[in-house]
Amino acid sequence: MIAFENITMRFGGVAAVDRCSFEIPTGKITGLIGPNGAGKTTAFNVIAGHLRPTSGRVLLEGEDITALPAHKRQAMGIARTFQLAHEFHRMTVVENLMVAAKNELGENMLNAIFRPGQCKLQEQAAYDRAMETLRFLEIEQLKDQLAGDLSGGQKKLLELGRALMQHPKIILLDEIGAGVNRTLLGKIAEKIIQLNKERGYTICLIEHDLDYVSRLCDTVIVMAQGTLLTTGTVEEVSRDERVIEAYFGGGKYQEAI
Amino acid sequence: MELSGILFYLISFLIMGGIYSVICLALNMQWGFGGLFNAGIAGFYAVGAYSAAIITSANTPNHVGGFDLPIVVGLVVAGTLSGIVGWAIARICVRLKADYLAMASIGIAEIIRLAVINEEWLTNGSLGVSRIPRPLEEFFTGRESEMVFFVFVWIIVAITFWVAHRLYKSPWGRVMRAIRDNEAAAESVGKDVQSFRTQSFVIGAIFMGVAGALSAHYFKFFSPDATEPLLITFLAWVMLIAGGSGNNKGAVAGALIIWAIWSMTEIITQQLPPDWATRSSYIRMLLIGLFLQFVLQRFRAGLFPEKAPKLNVKSHG
Repeated sequence: MIAFENITMRFGGVAAVDRCSFEIPTGKITGLIGPNGAGKTTAFNVIAGHLRPTSGRVLLEGEDITALPAHKRQAMGIARTFQLAHEFHRMTVVENLMVAAKNELGENMLNAIFRPGQCKLQEQAAYDRAMETLRFLEIEQLKDQLAGDLSGGQKKLLELGRALMQHPKIILLDEIGAGVNRTLLGKIAEKIIQLNKERGYTICLIEHDLDYVSRLCDTVIVMAQGTLLTTGTVEEVSRDERVIEAYFGGGKYQEAI
Repeated sequence: MELSGILFYLISFLIMGGIYSVICLALNMQWGFGGLFNAGIAGFYAVGAYSAAIITSANTPNHVGGFDLPIVVGLVVAGTLSGIVGWAIARICVRLKADYLAMASIGIAEIIRLAVINEEWLTNGSLGVSRIPRPLEEFFTGRESEMVFFVFVWIIVAITFWVAHRLYKSPWGRVMRAIRDNEAAAESVGKDVQSFRTQSFVIGAIFMGVAGALSAHYFKFFSPDATEPLLITFLAWVMLIAGGSGNNKGAVAGALIIWAIWSMTEIITQQLPPDWATRSSYIRMLLIGLFLQFVLQRFRAGLFPEKAPKLNVKSHG
């Protein structure tokens, strides 16, 4: 479980996230929704360690990880994808995945120069896992293409694959469906459900399409104006007047606070 | 020109071409793999050249030392000191984004240059360090010593290439390329970006220092004029971009081709009328610039574009 405790994240004078608290339960698919500018991606960046919050704590299974840099959170089992594709564009698809595997021996510079044989076993394991992941995502035929040449949707799958390479406990998916055609969207949804139900990954996803969210998520967290609005099932929150107001309305909600 | 004249012209061409190849391979480790925009190559080159010069030249009252130690010791010290300077700079600057790193590294290279000119006790100031030995000088003189030096330089080029190639093929190189392509994503897959960038900056700096040492031995005399950024930093960048950054063969090819153009334009500009002669170095720059334009219009990734290394794995294994 990830607990997001009373987090504030200021950029200059603007608080993108303002005294916001919520929990991402283990073993579930949780949606993080809210209008544009609600602070969803900032919240993800704080959880993944790309941003250090101005105040508040992030707990992973009860352990305070607020001060850990991003690369160390990965080792604790937090993997993510990005809203805009963040592929390694001058590397092949299979390399994009392999680089996400840990290879302690081969990533040591002196070993790389003087004892390249050392990393062979880990390299083979990384390759096998990468191929298995590509097969699971049904994009193994792309393995030798440069990632920069992929289509938008394929890049999203690639990022999902890269997240899976890291043996994560929890995967944060930031608008994995944005700009993806309907067919591929359905396929991605199927994979996400499969990952959760069959492989037990905890998943938290940011998505704008409420139908899509209701198809996937057990519970949703609704953010607006940097803070928590409500949580519940999709049904519950979509009947909540404040949510409707935040999504579609103007004045009433703002006046309320 | 007689045949042996041409041969020796070729050898002196290949010596300088070899020294530039080392610089280019080093820059490729920093920029080609790691995306680190080092615009202060001349600084590391100067550190290497002066360390080697002071370590290996005979004792003199003009500056510290010389210590009259073997050339191999000089090379090791040159690489080590340059690496240490690189490490110190990396500690401060490696967090900067590419363009800011470029500015910071230009500044630091200029600081090194000014220190070299002004700290006369250390470097003999603008008069330079002289009587720097070449390898096996006691056995070979004149043109023979050139031959020996040619072999010596290309052994160093081979070693540098070997290191660069090993790095490029390794998981370490893959992490560097990932960081170059997308820093945030590399962090998110658990790579300590700062540590890797520091490593690549240092290994590049070491070989830039070695290249400086080689040129000090070749010229037998080294003064601040030889660390002119136009001749070192600018040319090295043109060489790597034209040859193909991210590709070690491209780095060497770019070094040789650009150096060939540079040397040949010297022959051409010598034929110019005297009142043009003062402008010759600008004309040469212009020609190099035109060539770079030509290459980049035709081959956007350089003459030898980056290729993903062959994976050392069995498929379906």
